[in-house]
Amino acid sequence: MSIFTVSGSPHVHGEENVKKIMYTVVFAMVPAMLVSIYFFGIDAVRVLLISVISSLFFEWVIQKYLLKGPVTINDGSAIVAGILLGFNVPANIPAWMIIMGSLVMIGVAKMSFGGLGNNPFNPALVGRVFMLISFPVQMTSWPVAKPLFAPQLTDAITGPTALGLLKEGVDAGKTIEQIVSDPQMPQYLDRLLGNMSGSLGEISAVALLLGGIFMVYRKVIDWQLPVSIILTVFAVAGIFHLIDPQHYIEPSFHIFSGGLMLGAIFMATDMVTSPMNMRGKIVYGIGVGLLTIIIRLWGAYPEGISFAILIMNAFTPLINNAFKPKRFGIALKK
Amino acid sequence: MNKLRTFTIGGVHPKENKLSEQSSITVLPLPKQLVIPLGQNLGAPPKPVVKKGDEVKTGQLLARAEAFISANIHSPASGKIAKIDEAMDASGYKRQAIIIDVTGDEWVEGIETSTSLNKEISLSKQEIISRIKECGLVGLGGATFPTHVKMMIPEGKIAEYLIINGVECEPYLTSDHRLMLEKGDEMLVGIQIMMKALGTEKAIIGIENNKPDAIAHLKKLAVNYNGISIQPLKVKYPQGGEKQLIKAVVNREVPSGKLPIEVGCVVSNVGTAFAVYEAVQKNKPLIERVVTVTGTSLSKPSNFLVRVGTPVSDLIAAAGGLPEDTGKLINGGPMMGKAVSSPDIPIVKGSSGILLIKKVESKRSTPQSCIRCSKCTVVCPMGLEPYLLAKLSKLSVYDKAEKERIMDCIECGSCQFTCPSSLPLLDFLRLGKQRVGHLIRTRK
Amino acid sequence: MNDILLFTVLTLGLLGTVLAVILYFVAQKFKVIEDPKIDLVEDVLPKANCGGCGFPGCRSFAEVSVKSADEKRNLEGLNCPVGGNDVMKQVADILGLEVEEQEPLIAVIRCNGSHANAPSKVLYDGPASCSFAHNLFAGEGGCQFGCLGLGDCVVSCDFDAIHMNPETGLPEVNDKCIACGACVKACPRAIIELRHKGKKDRRIFVSCVNKEKGGPAKKNCSVACIGCSKCQQVCPFDAIIMANNLAYIDFEKCKLCRKCVEVCPTDAIHEINFPLRKAKAETDQTAEKKERAVKEVAATVSDAISPSVNESDTENKA
Repeated sequence: MSIFTVSGSPHVHGEENVKKIMYTVVFAMVPAMLVSIYFFGIDAVRVLLISVISSLFFEWVIQKYLLKGPVTINDGSAIVAGILLGFNVPANIPAWMIIMGSLVMIGVAKMSFGGLGNNPFNPALVGRVFMLISFPVQMTSWPVAKPLFAPQLTDAITGPTALGLLKEGVDAGKTIEQIVSDPQMPQYLDRLLGNMSGSLGEISAVALLLGGIFMVYRKVIDWQLPVSIILTVFAVAGIFHLIDPQHYIEPSFHIFSGGLMLGAIFMATDMVTSPMNMRGKIVYGIGVGLLTIIIRLWGAYPEGISFAILIMNAFTPLINNAFKPKRFGIALKK
Repeated sequence: MNKLRTFTIGGVHPKENKLSEQSSITVLPLPKQLVIPLGQNLGAPPKPVVKKGDEVKTGQLLARAEAFISANIHSPASGKIAKIDEAMDASGYKRQAIIIDVTGDEWVEGIETSTSLNKEISLSKQEIISRIKECGLVGLGGATFPTHVKMMIPEGKIAEYLIINGVECEPYLTSDHRLMLEKGDEMLVGIQIMMKALGTEKAIIGIENNKPDAIAHLKKLAVNYNGISIQPLKVKYPQGGEKQLIKAVVNREVPSGKLPIEVGCVVSNVGTAFAVYEAVQKNKPLIERVVTVTGTSLSKPSNFLVRVGTPVSDLIAAAGGLPEDTGKLINGGPMMGKAVSSPDIPIVKGSSGILLIKKVESKRSTPQSCIRCSKCTVVCPMGLEPYLLAKLSKLSVYDKAEKERIMDCIECGSCQFTCPSSLPLLDFLRLGKQRVGHLIRTRK
Repeated sequence: MNDILLFTVLTLGLLGTVLAVILYFVAQKFKVIEDPKIDLVEDVLPKANCGGCGFPGCRSFAEVSVKSADEKRNLEGLNCPVGGNDVMKQVADILGLEVEEQEPLIAVIRCNGSHANAPSKVLYDGPASCSFAHNLFAGEGGCQFGCLGLGDCVVSCDFDAIHMNPETGLPEVNDKCIACGACVKACPRAIIELRHKGKKDRRIFVSCVNKEKGGPAKKNCSVACIGCSKCQQVCPFDAIIMANNLAYIDFEKCKLCRKCVEVCPTDAIHEINFPLRKAKAETDQTAEKKERAVKEVAATVSDAISPSVNESDTENKA
């Protein structure tokens, strides 16, 4: 007779597992990846490959030789982190910088806290901010987007991002009209599709949205979180635009330029570092949105979403403590 | 046409796997020996009134309930008491049990064994309750709470609704489904008897939408009975949970730590309704029940009417024999059932099903670290945070766990079912609940 | 320039003086008058803060000791198991008292249901927590009294004194044990007991806590105590108590004569750190004899207690 197994209930398990979630995220990033390859060509492939491979390598080395524990590089989390880091850098960045970035990302931001699930801050953003502060020149010289197979039209190899143009313009005292009429400023449709300067992943709002919808459909993220970020940015930018249209650009500009979409859909929704329940997620989203727009309008950097998310990451445990899910049978007063 | 209802917070959708849905209830022959554990009900076990060597008849009282929350036990067959000794229960622990060598099936006088339908309710309210008590009825949904205690409404409370649980939200199990189809009339009379005992005008049977035949059948029959209606429900686990069912059927929330009567409801299982009919109309004590024997590897998944005390191995043999690759034997459904260590345990009043799981499916996946995906929080039907409670319990931070309402957990297993990291969340929640419960009791 | 220097020096000096005065008065006001002996006692304690004495930490043990000395002039019921007699003597000296020598204790595992002795009948698949498994089922070996082997005691030990032996699946206590009692509390089955360490570390104890009758106990585990009372009959010091089909050796009375060890038919009584006996070449024949003797004893014992046991035994096997 065979020996039975005894364990506590339940005795069946759902279809979900960590690997599946991670590869769903990878799959959701494919449209944005394709767009970046379309506009930045072989450079995009180079950056993404280096980033993913070095992330996997560092995770493997640390798990195997430093922690001497089980190696879990096939759970997909290092791949997600690697792609996200690649998404956050310009296409023409030197390889060694990416490797440095992924070392900080995996080694400092992730493994030093205990690996997957234990990091308080989004590793990809820690990596990006580390690179931004360490290599400010390389991290902010953006190659001009050039559709694949399109003839070379301009001589410029690098150009400013839309947000960079805006910041420069505002700082120089120009009005919004003057800034928008700058020939380097990408047009509305270009911003939507991604035909502009910027980091690999942030350029195409449409591709990011596609990925986001897929993740919402697969229940990997909740739509409320990115929506609350975007709405907050829209609302605050809108208010200022209404008060003073000469100095504050219309709100949709903020939404479709820079890393807002990438941040809201792929970075802020990171399971590990975002709050655990719906009310908390919305508060967190509003916080990210507010901080982003504050940094964009009045900060030193043209873009603020990475800092905003990292700051709100620090508040996640507090939010988890303060906002509890609706309990069954508690405080039901009519 | 009623709109499909369901409860609002949480819930999961495990694969239904109702393999034995179409197999009608068959009566299993009596075994040679019956093992009748004394602790078959929630609360104190009854005291034996027979001794070794006594001759007993089917339906004769074996053990009498002395405590308030306790239930009588009757002999499921006629025979001789072989001994009163320790026998293995489902978890492998030795418990007191009465062991009977079966000689036949000779019933005690006064019990009607015919199957003719008797719709006339002649007994008074008090008589009904004392008959239910005499017959040793317990809730057949699994919790085995003595039914007569449930029928006694505390002073100052009114039972507005009698809610009958025909949900059977556990995957695999079909015993309630078959009972509704085959004993619909008896069940409805049983419901009317309970309504009389409770002084309730309205009874609602909640049935999940995956049993359209049962819904249609009972709807047709219910026309002939006053005050009984059928409420189809959306398929979602754990709708069979008392609090979830009340929420789904009448949209009321039982306050935390309170009983359903607080919101004017009494919940009972369809099996119990049938047992009430048999007890009150036929004077038949609770000595048999419908048990589903199922599993993907089993050749004949079936529903059996078996006497209490029959060994589980007999049921498995009747359903096609124990397959070689069985890795886990579960007493109950896959979500809340208990894995047992041997098929040599007896069927008790609370056994609703026997489930066999293949060896390849019986091992849990290796737990990974929590990725804080919050899926457990989303699916928890009580609005708790299982990830947090499991961690607090693991770290023995019981006061915080109590504040986070660990005692509200209904142990439905939705959190562990859904956890992508395969963490043993419910295991730790159970441990925490037990410890916190102990703390609360010692505080008093 | 000088002005600035002067100004700074003066302000800071003045500020310092004022604050010092305030601090002085505050300190006076909130001064806690404490027996200086408490500090002295605490100094000699090991400061492991293990709670083995029954108090939350060394400081509270010191407080209680001083209080007891002041009020009752003795240290009854107070013992620091970590420090042992040396420390207690120092404590008593500080408090001007005499202290009785306490026999040092050690944790003893009273279960020998190893993988070999009590083969697994089921597989456990769940978290490594004895207290959870205890609620779930009887145990892999089938004995509802025996060790679950999931190491709650190991986790509870602050002194690295108890470890699981992967070969037997049982915990083992090493000589780092200071008898703080943490593992005794952690074990959900009350298998671990604190017993006298014994002269030259020699101990004799019944390594079983199974309260079942002989037959059922033996069915799950080949080294279970079957409650045959042979040891009780042979003990010259009345040190063995029989209760619930289980022998228990009172370590206060036991003189370590080892007579009980020899007569135990199931080898449930263990002797530790004794020199080897004169080698009695145990041939296969004698081993067989012993085996038979075990069965006989088990049968007679069961019969004596309840004739039904044998029936159940055969039935279960069938």
